[in-house]
Amino acid sequence: MERRVGVTELIFEMSRRGCTGCSLTSLDVPQAGIDFPTRAGIGLPTLSEPEVVRHFTVLSRKNFALDIGFYPLGSCTMKYNPKVNEDMAALPGFAQLHPYQPDSTAQGALELLWELDRALCQITGMDRFTLQPAAGAHGELAGLFLIARYFQEKGEKRDIVLVPDSAHGTNPASAALAGCQVVVVRSDSRGGVDLEDLQAKLSDRVMALMLTNPNTLGLFDENILTIAELVHAAGGLLYYDGANLEGTCGYARPGDMGFDVVHVNLHKTFSTPHGGGGPGSGPVGVKQMLESFLPVPVVNKKADGAFTLDWERPQTIGMMRSFLGNFLVAVKAYTYILSLGGTGLRQMTADAVLNANYLLSLVKGTYELPYDRICKHEFVLSTHQFGQWGLKVTDVAKRLLDKGFHAPTIAFPLIVDGALMVEPTETESKSALESFAQALLEIEEEARTHPELLKEAPRNTPVRRIDDVAANRSPVLRWK
Amino acid sequence: MRYFPLTPDDRAEMLGALGLSSTEELFADIPAAIRIQQPFSIPALSEPEVVERLERLAAKNLNAKSTPSFLGGGIYRHYVPAAIKHLLMRAEFYTAYTPYQAEVSQGTLQAVFEYQTMICLLTGMDVSNASMYDGATAVAEAALMARSITGRKRVLAAGSLHPQYRATLRTYLHLQGLELVEIPWDEQGKLDLSQVQAEEAACLIVQSPNFFGLVEEMAAAGQWIHAAGGIFVHAFAEAASLGLLPPSASFDADIACGEGQSLGMPPSYGGPGLGIFAAKEKYVRRMPGRLIGEALDADGQRAFTMVLATREQHIRREKATSNICSNQALCALNALIYLSLLGEEGFRQVAEQCYHKAHYLADRLQSVAGLKPTFAAPFFNEVAFTIPGSPQALNAFLQKHGILGGIALGRDFPGLKSSWLVAATEMNSKEQIDALVARVAQWRGGLA
Amino acid sequence: MNPAELIYTKDHEWSKIEGATARVGLTAYAQEHLGDIVFVDLPPVGKEVKQGELLLVVESVKAASDVYAPLSGKVLEVNEALASNPEKINQDAFGEGWVVVLEIADPGEAANLLSAADYDTLLASQR
Repeated sequence: MERRVGVTELIFEMSRRGCTGCSLTSLDVPQAGIDFPTRAGIGLPTLSEPEVVRHFTVLSRKNFALDIGFYPLGSCTMKYNPKVNEDMAALPGFAQLHPYQPDSTAQGALELLWELDRALCQITGMDRFTLQPAAGAHGELAGLFLIARYFQEKGEKRDIVLVPDSAHGTNPASAALAGCQVVVVRSDSRGGVDLEDLQAKLSDRVMALMLTNPNTLGLFDENILTIAELVHAAGGLLYYDGANLEGTCGYARPGDMGFDVVHVNLHKTFSTPHGGGGPGSGPVGVKQMLESFLPVPVVNKKADGAFTLDWERPQTIGMMRSFLGNFLVAVKAYTYILSLGGTGLRQMTADAVLNANYLLSLVKGTYELPYDRICKHEFVLSTHQFGQWGLKVTDVAKRLLDKGFHAPTIAFPLIVDGALMVEPTETESKSALESFAQALLEIEEEARTHPELLKEAPRNTPVRRIDDVAANRSPVLRWK
Repeated sequence: MRYFPLTPDDRAEMLGALGLSSTEELFADIPAAIRIQQPFSIPALSEPEVVERLERLAAKNLNAKSTPSFLGGGIYRHYVPAAIKHLLMRAEFYTAYTPYQAEVSQGTLQAVFEYQTMICLLTGMDVSNASMYDGATAVAEAALMARSITGRKRVLAAGSLHPQYRATLRTYLHLQGLELVEIPWDEQGKLDLSQVQAEEAACLIVQSPNFFGLVEEMAAAGQWIHAAGGIFVHAFAEAASLGLLPPSASFDADIACGEGQSLGMPPSYGGPGLGIFAAKEKYVRRMPGRLIGEALDADGQRAFTMVLATREQHIRREKATSNICSNQALCALNALIYLSLLGEEGFRQVAEQCYHKAHYLADRLQSVAGLKPTFAAPFFNEVAFTIPGSPQALNAFLQKHGILGGIALGRDFPGLKSSWLVAATEMNSKEQIDALVARVAQWRGGLA
Repeated sequence: MNPAELIYTKDHEWSKIEGATARVGLTAYAQEHLGDIVFVDLPPVGKEVKQGELLLVVESVKAASDVYAPLSGKVLEVNEALASNPEKINQDAFGEGWVVVLEIADPGEAANLLSAADYDTLLASQR
């Protein structure tokens, strides 16, 4: 972790006239007169290539990243990003493809998308996937559009979406974008969906229940089959938020649990890099009765083995975005699935769940555990006890940064006070887990004896704790 | 498996510490009826086998690196400076997460702040977000934002807005009870406002250069929609045009949005791309997407952090301005590095070269008997030609001779079945252009 | 403690009846609970609200809170100073941190609200 190195100038502050970092071939055709008004200067900076490279290299060194250390963000599945995936996505035969090329010239790409669809169907127990959605939230939206279309075709007016109180914020936000009212369903004392509350809130206006299983507490809802029955009996559909697929992959499939629509996150379970916030990819899988509504274009395999893009689908919901989705991200995920195979995918989840439970066992005596059960790939601790020392979960998180770890997800889910959501993943070693546990235990002791260490954290990072309040009161969103 | 550090000894010790005898016990709470006993039948390949399989798939594609291409339509092949990938492939950038812990994410955060500034410079707008998925969803979100600002339900969009952006708009608007009205173009190919009312319109979305490559009369369109109290949205699919054409703010756009793939990203078979989204200051709290702001740390040092997060889904949930969570951060960084390397002069030169190459292409194509531009209006780097015969047949002929031709407009524009849309960038050499024209003439000569 | 001359809602708004109008704000408890306030989304002058309806939104860094109209009426005045200094609500919740002045539609409604003593009791039970 880079110690405090001082302010790095903005690229604009480094700019000097008379410099360039680019190299263009000189114009080899006659200049045409320009027959419309053109702009004056833009104001872009001018620098040489070494200055630009140094600037971004220095900036990069102010980031903590997965390749540097433990990054146990709950529900994010920060697992190792295999390097061969990057190489495959960079092959010119993929990266240089233009989406308007005739299908006959993109057979390898279409075959890859087809095979990825098949693999995801096998993994999730669904019948068909679209790879068009660009992220998990985008997949949620697509899924809800598909479900809405399904009921529109049936002539049923349903405009309510149920979400559990432990749901990720994208769930209700997506439901609102789909023109639906959101109704919250309570969790029971075991952390699963409260069946009585669910029953009370089901009606013929409920379009869907959005669930992740395991849920955001990292707990598998053993009532899932009953939940599916209840929702289906009320005429609704069950939507699976695939953010936590890591917790059951290879051991149980959402399609078998009764889910009708799923999204998966290629940048979580399937190892594609997070990139500082994207690009991700959120493919959506459906059971057969929703297939005709999938967004266009759909990849088809003809009898002669040729692949085509099918744009003529009269019942389609339309397009979720341009072209086919984040294709290069799909290439990485496909590479990963081939590398793991069925045995690897099962081992992945086994190790992820073992790592989570082992790590939990090392800290649960010291930290409050709201739900004391075997967890899946992640668990949630409460930092409620820190309140007595005048500390909040943020202080714990910032002190972890000092100790060279990235903090877990904090303050989520909302139903746990001062939540710390920890997901180690399968790509962490036993000793990495033990180091992290050690740090958490130290922090609890520091909280009791030297709370100022937490209050003034972080100290060992490129900047000290940031004044969010001032930044939000008078936002400065660009350099001038 | 090489990605899994746990050894059999580790697993045994850990299970022992948990008082368990097998991994299966960790999954005992999964009902037996759905518990899988066997791994999926997907074979696991060694790394050499994986590489071989992927390379074989890649080799089945005809790619523009080896084949001259004149395809545009919202994705353009520009030169990508070598330094970009080396910087993007720094693990600190690409294996980092969303910058929620700002103190250890200053690299990402400062980069996004710089990116936001770059977009403001390119478009002239006051504020840009940290990116959206692509041009199509950026336009869709702009329409929703216009509805939120005005409370109105009619969305007006040019019929010459990219067909896939319009399709995405329709999909997004459908369940919101919003009406999409598409506005025709005149015989010049430009927006024809004479046939439509501005009353009660939430916004007017005009793409310039439009899908046909033509430069629209943006100032007049802006005045027209503003007079009726609506929001003016400037959409673009070719970000390189911002190097030459007047910026969005110069014609009083309220929102500028579009596709940023041209800013240093390869065509990528259409994705990942870069959704650019910028707006006037007064609308900042209605904007979707992440915003990075300048801040101070406890020592008074300049730092950067996520701001105005109360607009976003993780706080506002169903009342959020959008549901967006992941953006396209690495692509935004890509664009930032591209613009930093090219700089003021380079970016302008790319735009000018695109213009001159496309106009040379158009001049030469006009020398082929029977070919003429479909539209008379000025264009940037893309132009539609009406050809005698089928554009699909022409493309098939060109492909046989190792050239990726233009886009046959008939599929998305039923009235333009004879039109063929070609683009040129700084990457199309004079030789390539001359070769294309020669083949077109050869094909034309072959027509009776 | 909570000023005796004000009346309160269970959602932590205070009202000061000034003849036909009421000055409205958030209580000290509310601002403490919200944390540092960074933005106040003031309603437009002239907006009409019913008792209990959404009046405005107050934002801290990590949360946005709905503030409800304690009484039915019409917004006559808003505290413009909050646009540049939203922290006034934190610093002086009962004074300079006032948010709006309402023209009271139904004077009878004031009877539904809590006295200072009742509000103190409510807070005690919540802690």
